[in-house]
Amino acid sequence: MKNYLAILGREWKSYFSSPIAYVVMGLFLLISGVFYYLLVTNFVQMCMQADMQARYYQMAVPKLNVNMMAIRPLLHNMSLFALFFLPLITMRLFSDEKKSGTIELLLTSPVTNTQSILGKFSAAAGLYLLMLLLSGLYMAVLFFLGKPEIGQILTGYLGLFLLGLCYIAFGLFFSTLTDNQIIAAVSTVAFILIFWAIGWISGMASPAVGKILGNFSLIEHFDDFAKGVLDTRHIVFYISFTVMGLFLSFVSIESAKWRGR
Amino acid sequence: MIEVKQVTRYFGRVMAVDRVSFQVEKGEILGFLGPNAAGKTTTMRILTTYLPATSGTASVAGFDVHQDSMQVRKRIGYLPENPPLYTEMRVADYLEFVARIKGVDPRTRKHAIAETMDKTGISAVSRRVIKQLSKGFKQRVGLAQALVHDPDVLILDEPTVGLDPKQIIEVRELIRSLAGDHTIILSTHILPEVSMTCERVVIIDQGRVVAEDTPDNLTRKLAGSQRFTLIAGGPAGGILELLNKVEGVRQVKLLETGAPAQTHQFHIEGDAEGSINPAIARAIVEKGWDLFELRPEGLSLEDVFLRVTTREEEGGGQ
Ligand SMILES: Nc1ncnc2c1ncn2[C@@H]1O[C@H](COP(=O)(O)OP(=O)(O)OP(=O)(O)O)[C@@H](O)[C@H]1O
Ligand SMILES: [Mg+2]
Repeated sequence: MKNYLAILGREWKSYFSSPIAYVVMGLFLLISGVFYYLLVTNFVQMCMQADMQARYYQMAVPKLNVNMMAIRPLLHNMSLFALFFLPLITMRLFSDEKKSGTIELLLTSPVTNTQSILGKFSAAAGLYLLMLLLSGLYMAVLFFLGKPEIGQILTGYLGLFLLGLCYIAFGLFFSTLTDNQIIAAVSTVAFILIFWAIGWISGMASPAVGKILGNFSLIEHFDDFAKGVLDTRHIVFYISFTVMGLFLSFVSIESAKWRGR
Repeated sequence: MIEVKQVTRYFGRVMAVDRVSFQVEKGEILGFLGPNAAGKTTTMRILTTYLPATSGTASVAGFDVHQDSMQVRKRIGYLPENPPLYTEMRVADYLEFVARIKGVDPRTRKHAIAETMDKTGISAVSRRVIKQLSKGFKQRVGLAQALVHDPDVLILDEPTVGLDPKQIIEVRELIRSLAGDHTIILSTHILPEVSMTCERVVIIDQGRVVAEDTPDNLTRKLAGSQRFTLIAGGPAGGILELLNKVEGVRQVKLLETGAPAQTHQFHIEGDAEGSINPAIARAIVEKGWDLFELRPEGLSLEDVFLRVTTREEEGGGQ
């Protein structure tokens, strides 16, 4: 536990002693903010149009749902932005240690590989959680403008967080494979994209296969969260995916020593 | 304290270490000498549990490096070839982190860190970011990292690389002062370093141990004789005759007669065993002649090194 905390703490501080944490968080918030603004203004416009039409035809004003028309697409967009930003915070976790030689300190200290992996994973997950919390301010603003459903926002954020853990676990894994951060990041994005869209891609070839493989698609599990539906199957899927990434990282570090690291 | 038995390591088809065996007693300093790519770093990495051996066993303080790697790790301080520094950290924070993962008691941690910085001469830069330090200071921080938990065993891969001459002397002195309480293995290809700091030397070449002894014995054994240059004042013929009578002297040659007449330079070769220089000095002085200089010429460790490593290449073996 002490070792885990030491490693977690060092990674956390190192995020903030370089510009990377600020740049990644800032850009994630900026881009999410832009989409937030577009979606919300679009929603407001539609409300006004509907309002005018209703008056013109002297009908009841239809109730447009901010949760379905603005928040749900925003959550989907954010799940995609996370895919491009999270590899930037995981790419250095092991690659950098390999490149600078600090891995020799880490792997000759009385720290188990599990402790290092979990420490690093938690640091990245913590940074991601911070990003999400900050973006939660956008959602908070909606409560001043209208009456969004809080349940859907919470499940959506839970989904975003769990999905992000999948990205982080595999980002960590790819960074154990190379001392080159760029390669680690690019492979992570490529790998996740395949699992993202595995349902659509295979669906094009054969709808039956598409349906089966769709179960492994990261994004298909996300939609329920974005709709406000909490289903344990999806939670179990994301957690298993994450554990798989962590386990592969462990195997990769263990086996590297036979290759010469 | 350290026992290496028949350790072999392959990287793919490259054999980096070939059936290396040696032992280091508690409190001893062992020099690990060899040309580039000899397998020094690889051997050290096996001892520090960083890499496993392909075959053979090694143990530190009675713990097998493979089976009980965590026990071994607790007892070693390791300075790799490239100091393992988190360069974005400040020196003191870095050492704090290392002390934590090495399991230094939180109550004594502050003290341990301060003492280590003092020993390695980096107290003045404790608040600096490591990235901004000079190479020599980075090397010292690397050394501090290996010492901070006061380990029983120190494994130092080329510890004086990148230091200026004054720092080299300081670091060597530091290493010597650590012997006794600590068991030390240090690798280098700087030969005087070995004769100055180490009690015993293992020379390895192409992954194999080619010689192992004290620095003195190595030079003597390999030379097969001891040699001196003598500068003395007196009758040249008389001195020659006298020297030939000294026990252990095999051969004396008059090289030249110096500027002040009556000063002569001789080359003396004697048996490998025992020291013949006191006898020579006594003989000259007892005759009332002048003794200006009596300098041992023996093979330098450099020569030994070249001999053992070139013999190997000729296929002769040791
Ligand atoms: N990780 C690795 N992968 C592949 N080959 C390696 C690896 N590490 C070392 N080798 C090979 O093993 C041999 C011994 O290398 P090693 O680094 O142990 O030598 P060294 O004695 O430390 O040399 P130097 O004095 O240059 O530091 C070399 O031929 C090297 O190429
Ligand atoms: Mg080396």
